[in-house]
Amino acid sequence: MNFGLTEEQELLQETVRGFCEKECPASRLRTLFDAGVGHDPALWKGMGEMGLLGLVVPEDFGGAGLELLDLALVCEVLGQAALPGPFLGHQLVSLAIAGAGTDAQKRAWLPRLASGDVIGTVALAEDASSWEPETWRASVDDGRVRGTKCFVPHAELANLLLVGVAGGGLVLVERGAAGVALIDQGGVDRTRPIARVTLDGVACDPLPGGLAGSRRVRDAGSILLAADAFGAAWRLIQATLAYAGARQQFGSVLTQFQAVKHQLANMATEVEPSRGLWWYAAHAFDEILQDAERAAALAKAHITDRALEVARGAVELHGGIGFTWECDVQIWFKRVMFDRAFLGTPEQHRERSARLAGW
Amino acid sequence: MDLRLGAKYETFRTEVREFLAANWPLRGAEAELPAGQQEKRLRERALARGYVYRHFPRVYGGSEQPADALEDMILDQEFAAVGAARDIRGIGPAMLAPTLLDCGNEAQRTRFIPPTLRGDMRWCQGYSEPGAGSDLASLASRAVLEGDSWLINGHKIWTSDAVGADYMFGLFRTEPDAPKHAGISYLLIDMRSAGIEVRPLRQMTGGAEFNEVFFSDVRIPADSIVGRRGEGWKVSRSTLKHERNLIGDPRFLRNAFEAVVELARRTPRNGRPALEDAHVRQRLAEIEGYVASQEYSIQRQLSAALRGAEAAVLLPGLMNKLYSTDTSQRITRLAFDLLGADGLTAPLPDEYGMGSRVRTPGGWVAQYMFAIANSIAGGASNIQRNIIGERGLGLPRDQRAG
Repeated sequence: MNFGLTEEQELLQETVRGFCEKECPASRLRTLFDAGVGHDPALWKGMGEMGLLGLVVPEDFGGAGLELLDLALVCEVLGQAALPGPFLGHQLVSLAIAGAGTDAQKRAWLPRLASGDVIGTVALAEDASSWEPETWRASVDDGRVRGTKCFVPHAELANLLLVGVAGGGLVLVERGAAGVALIDQGGVDRTRPIARVTLDGVACDPLPGGLAGSRRVRDAGSILLAADAFGAAWRLIQATLAYAGARQQFGSVLTQFQAVKHQLANMATEVEPSRGLWWYAAHAFDEILQDAERAAALAKAHITDRALEVARGAVELHGGIGFTWECDVQIWFKRVMFDRAFLGTPEQHRERSARLAGW
Repeated sequence: MDLRLGAKYETFRTEVREFLAANWPLRGAEAELPAGQQEKRLRERALARGYVYRHFPRVYGGSEQPADALEDMILDQEFAAVGAARDIRGIGPAMLAPTLLDCGNEAQRTRFIPPTLRGDMRWCQGYSEPGAGSDLASLASRAVLEGDSWLINGHKIWTSDAVGADYMFGLFRTEPDAPKHAGISYLLIDMRSAGIEVRPLRQMTGGAEFNEVFFSDVRIPADSIVGRRGEGWKVSRSTLKHERNLIGDPRFLRNAFEAVVELARRTPRNGRPALEDAHVRQRLAEIEGYVASQEYSIQRQLSAALRGAEAAVLLPGLMNKLYSTDTSQRITRLAFDLLGADGLTAPLPDEYGMGSRVRTPGGWVAQYMFAIANSIAGGASNIQRNIIGERGLGLPRDQRAG
């Protein structure tokens, strides 16, 4: 028995961390954040070369064939780095096709998703709260999909959309197809901009997975967002430790004041013990299926809730500078906001977790 | 991550289950014995199988098994599943005996450990004083070596179970000229010694598990010291570590959490079970996030210890006490809210006890109050925050830190 990571997994995290530090240092991140495009082709290419884009794509289709825990471990590091890019949606499309796609769909898309030549994203919610597959209304008629999807990350950039439709199923839509229109929604998290997508009778290719396949996508996304938020929260704690350790008031560094020390200890204690929550949820996604949905819901709700509280504390402990655009704290604060609201609020996930527990 | 136990441990689990199925609850005439006697019979049989007191050598009354945290985990789970006590509840077996194993001399181990593990010798802890709580190193109760005995004068407080205890292990100032930590020694005191007076302290729960203990010219033999003179602080750290392990046990949280879910199921709210109330469901699910986090955090720490990688889990280890006691408060506070005005019912005497399983309104009220007491005992929450900050996050020490 081992409730822990393998050496390969620790090495994977170390490698990705090294890549992020070298290729996207604070100055580069700031440039990308201010530009608001949420993407850097060089970073994307680098991630492709490292094999990260096809991490969970089966080896037969050009991927590394790893499990969701490996992917979540990468997401923790990307959250720490607040790395801009369409990684999340791209991975969910790959997981959906690998998990529920036909052989033809796998052959058509997985190798190109694994290489990064095709960028995927997910178009699920139709309003602020309709993340659950049962609530989707986009209609499919005679192989054509009609509807409006909101909060689609990196829609501008993506070539392939995974669209949720009435009945809870999923269809694949090429972004360049006739009838697809985008309206930029900007997005508070500039590392992952969002858009509204209207589909006006667009040719689509249904995935055979139905409702069950959609739930798997939601669960995987929930776990990856929890891991991202966990990484972001730790980054905020570290940034605050560094700031409070250097900033002097009343003749001494802030960390010498017990009020500050205790607040930092509380922030770390809110976050660190929950590491196993997303580790377990990711592990359960592949290995303990009967517990997977509930574990994902609990992890998403708990960790994104804790992370936003940590982000609030980080701004507060930075004082006035923490509220400025210039201060990098806002980058992670907004990253955590995205992790928390995308795919549903903690409240929604907790209610589902309660139902699954038989309460 | 591999949460399978593997064939060796599954076999072990089966053996433990078979043992318990055959031995608990007791049958026939033995089933009529008082509860304490029944537990003792089980413990004797479990000892012969190597299931209890595993890290104590046989000469001290242990079963001397090779260290195996997974077997320990399985034993804890299986004993708990059938409601069988694996240990004597009390600080003697849980804290004093391991401390003597770490720091005691041969004569002390031989004399004290076996009757303590059998439950024949009961202990209380004499650390806190009216002027030395979190700042324990300020303690002022004195022991002076005069010939072949220590002469003790002083006053201890918050001493759990001093009434009925045979012995006290405690900290006393023996080197008045040494700096505060270096002047303390760890002594073992016969509670029947002349000059000891125990006064129960009534707690807010109504019960009286804590006491004050007064020492007036109490004489104990010179060989009652554990470790050397002035080493008491170091010896006591070993004891406190065991107490923290006791409080960090996540099964305590899971059991309390499941009990509060059950309470919500049978408590009506607006004509329906409170468990169907949206707000109650939110609170329960939020609390479960903490309970599950602590369970996985402990599993992670256990796995790291098995690999010899304790350093990698230093930080979550430092958080166990604060996290568990805060979570415990969340659970019991929800119970109080579910009870509504029924929660204003005062606990009855059989509901007073810490960790009692009484799930009556009064029992929950007492547990709510004890959850707060647990945040104070064994290093108060603000001391835990200092420890997490200083040892875990590398923050500067308090200027007057103890």
